[in-house]
Amino acid sequence: MKMMNERDYKQDFPVFEQYPDLAYLDNSATTQKPRAVIDAVSRYYREENANPLRGLYELAVKATDAYENARTAVRDFIGAASEREIIFTRNASESLNLIAYSYGRSEIKNGDEILVTISEHHSNFLPWQILAKEKGARLKFLKCSETGEYTPEMLRKALTPRTKIFACAQISNVFGRLNPIKEFAGICHENGTVIICDGAQSVPHIPVNVQELGVDFLAFSGHKMLAPMGIGVLYGREELLEKMPPFLYGGEMIEYVTLCGATFAELPHKFEAGTVNAGGAVGLHAAIGYMNAVGFDETERRENELTAKLMNEMKNIPHVHIIGSDDPAEHHGIVTFTIDDVHPHDIAAIFDESGVAVRAGHHCAQPLHKYLNLQSTVRASVAFYNDERDIWRFTDCLKTIRKRMGYNE
Amino acid sequence: MSNFYNEILTDHNIHPVHKHELSCCTCTRDGVNPSCGDEITLNLSIGNGIITDGSFTGSGCAVSQASADIMLDLVIGKSTGEALRLHELFMKMIHGDADESEIDELEEAGALSDISHMPARVKCAVLGWRTLNEMIS
Repeated sequence: MKMMNERDYKQDFPVFEQYPDLAYLDNSATTQKPRAVIDAVSRYYREENANPLRGLYELAVKATDAYENARTAVRDFIGAASEREIIFTRNASESLNLIAYSYGRSEIKNGDEILVTISEHHSNFLPWQILAKEKGARLKFLKCSETGEYTPEMLRKALTPRTKIFACAQISNVFGRLNPIKEFAGICHENGTVIICDGAQSVPHIPVNVQELGVDFLAFSGHKMLAPMGIGVLYGREELLEKMPPFLYGGEMIEYVTLCGATFAELPHKFEAGTVNAGGAVGLHAAIGYMNAVGFDETERRENELTAKLMNEMKNIPHVHIIGSDDPAEHHGIVTFTIDDVHPHDIAAIFDESGVAVRAGHHCAQPLHKYLNLQSTVRASVAFYNDERDIWRFTDCLKTIRKRMGYNE
Repeated sequence: MSNFYNEILTDHNIHPVHKHELSCCTCTRDGVNPSCGDEITLNLSIGNGIITDGSFTGSGCAVSQASADIMLDLVIGKSTGEALRLHELFMKMIHGDADESEIDELEEAGALSDISHMPARVKCAVLGWRTLNEMIS
């Protein structure tokens, strides 16, 4: 590993001009934004802004093109068959809620079963909990091994003829572990179960192709993959989206409206009521362009090398416990841990004093923390633009934390 | 850069004086910060308007636990009126509005004055005091 000769990607991210010494290791929460994205959003509002999809003048056509070109870029990025399968939302949470409200409320009946993994983010858990309560369906949990692993065998055992939905993250936001979604999708479909994949932590870090995976739905957020906050994506198989009722009603999602009824727009606009976040979509388009230019080969290699360095150092520090697998390759940049006798909020505050940004708490996965018998944890998450200096800053601080909290080793 | 993880705070966190059950208490109350999971149960023994004894149990970050211990050090033996006045002073300090002599009156609790620069941790520092205020006001 010769990080000495590596390209300095931080130069592409203006936030590091303001915070040159910050070790930003909270990328699973949100990533920083490259200049290419910030400039694209700015250019859209300076040169192309009008209300997309409705105006009959040149500027509105430009805005519509900018918005729809972003959709095409997303389609290509995740290998969807058609733009009709790409719905713009605010974020992964909204995408998942859209499925629960629209597909869930029209398809789930009393006595059906919904299966979710115990490690789901609240956004892929609560919509199903609420739906199950409302419909008298049964919410069941797929439990993982101690290292956060789910196997096809575990899934097969948990499915029943009544299981209508299986909700599962491709990469857990706590363990960082990659689930075998392609195999899961095959098993689900043999059982007549729809598989809903939360790609919030996977789409930014590994190549994802929805047709190859065979998932029915995929949700992800732009802001975790270099794009602005407030733009997210729902991919759904066209056949399913076609039969789903709209989620929100209002402007620009109709075909024809009378005093006593309405018909609705075609896909994907049926699910995009109201004025859309065109600036956000343009930013997402630019983020995809930036990521394609760097390439997943490069980003994955850097993230894996940095994660390995981080974990190898951590393993030598007494009283530090990494959650999940021992193998850095199974973490995808996410390293969640505890320190004996030190509360995660204190740990995060001490990191902050040392110029290291990490996340502390339950990471929106309270059921998992309860299952693992943990109150809360600390999470460090790397992105390709992090460098070795960030890792050393983190580990140097980590070594001092128990001492700073008054424990004499 | 602040340094609120000073010796006073870490010492009260690792070796709390008042973190135990209290069999003879006259009132008890739970305080919780749902967003971060800090929780304490505060026990007081009050007679003739004087806090004659007090203790707490619970779990949470060092700031929440040490602050409760320091608070009990300060208010045990004082009247409830005086305890309320100290609560006011503590809140004033946490909001960055107390002067030096007021912070001096808070004795060891003054070690938490830097929390005023850490908005996310204010609720940790005030958990014990907030619970005390709810019990005696």
